[in-house]
Amino acid sequence: MTPKRRKRVMLISLMVLGIGGATALGLNAFRQNLLFFFSPSQVANGEATTDRAFRLGGMVVDGSLAREDDGLTVRFAVTDTAEVVNVTYTGILPDLFREGQGIVAMGRLDQTGVFKAEEVLAKHDENYMPPEVGEAMKAAQRAKARVEN
Amino acid sequence: MWIWFHKFGSPRYFYDLAGRLIPWLGGACAVLMAVGLYLGLFVAPSDYQQGESYRIIYIHVPSAWMSMFVYVVMASAGTVVLIWRVKLAEIIASVSAPLGASFTFLALATGSLWGKPMWGTWWVWDARLTSELILLFLYFGFMALEAAIEDKRTAARATAILSLVGVINIPIIHYSVYWWNTLHQGATVTKMDTPSIHLSMLIPLLLMAAAFQLYYATVLLMGARTELLSRERRTRWVAEVIRNS
Repeated sequence: MTPKRRKRVMLISLMVLGIGGATALGLNAFRQNLLFFFSPSQVANGEATTDRAFRLGGMVVDGSLAREDDGLTVRFAVTDTAEVVNVTYTGILPDLFREGQGIVAMGRLDQTGVFKAEEVLAKHDENYMPPEVGEAMKAAQRAKARVEN
Repeated sequence: MWIWFHKFGSPRYFYDLAGRLIPWLGGACAVLMAVGLYLGLFVAPSDYQQGESYRIIYIHVPSAWMSMFVYVVMASAGTVVLIWRVKLAEIIASVSAPLGASFTFLALATGSLWGKPMWGTWWVWDARLTSELILLFLYFGFMALEAAIEDKRTAARATAILSLVGVINIPIIHYSVYWWNTLHQGATVTKMDTPSIHLSMLIPLLLMAAAFQLYYATVLLMGARTELLSRERRTRWVAEVIRNS
């Protein structure tokens, strides 16, 4: 490699390293602001703002879903397995919304600590399988739970 | 290795080799895409939660992979341009840019179509979607900068620097789903433990990914040949090629 080319290699490596370092520092500084949602534990620790709307993400607790008489308002609880936040929402839920499913809700906490959602999005997981396999896995989990109880 | 590098970099040799490769690559692409689409759309079972809607992954996932792969090719070609000033690398970067932009657009559009029924929204500003959108703008920036500079060789060096600056976005796109809470789900196939996708669904996906790679290779070589003729139009070998055709 000629000295001229060696110099170019050095310059390019320095440039890429510099940009990489700057980006890493920048992203680290904005870490909190880049979070799409807060988990129930973060809400319990008071990390989420109470004066502004924010997003809450977690799993819908099994058996917590209840509908009001108007047919549109739903109540459910969201958990990250450590803490639980109660949510109310009026509107149409997405296709993937169900108990045990991950969701992200946009809204704010009221004085009683209930999260009033204005928008509910379903968060899909990275698993893909045929319905029969999904059923079999659920059955296995139920059987396991029964043994443990 | 260096002999190969110089031989492959010689315009004449590349022109002939690419001409012979194109029919094979294009044919393989057509076969894989036909088989992949058939298996993916008709044979693979429906998903336990998403039903039939998940089948969009057979377009969405390969185009998203390609959007990043093409950028890495472009940035690597840019490095070669900056260090060795190889003309062929300039052409590869230049032809790749609109292809990469198309793959990125396809990934964003199909993701949006899937997001509306599944998530309940067309678009969210989470880290994965936003960084992929930035990738689209990087491709646009590359093409705009190239078009703005009259001299092709100067343009190649300027755009090479731009592509190297933007390459930092690629790991951000890939790891965004791990570094931050995003609405977009984590990786399925490249997870270190067993892939969390059923084999009957995975095989068509991999076939489609291979078909997309071959499509890119075919169109890249076709575009590079045309561009090569245009840039080298004053040389003797181009005159010979035209006389023989």
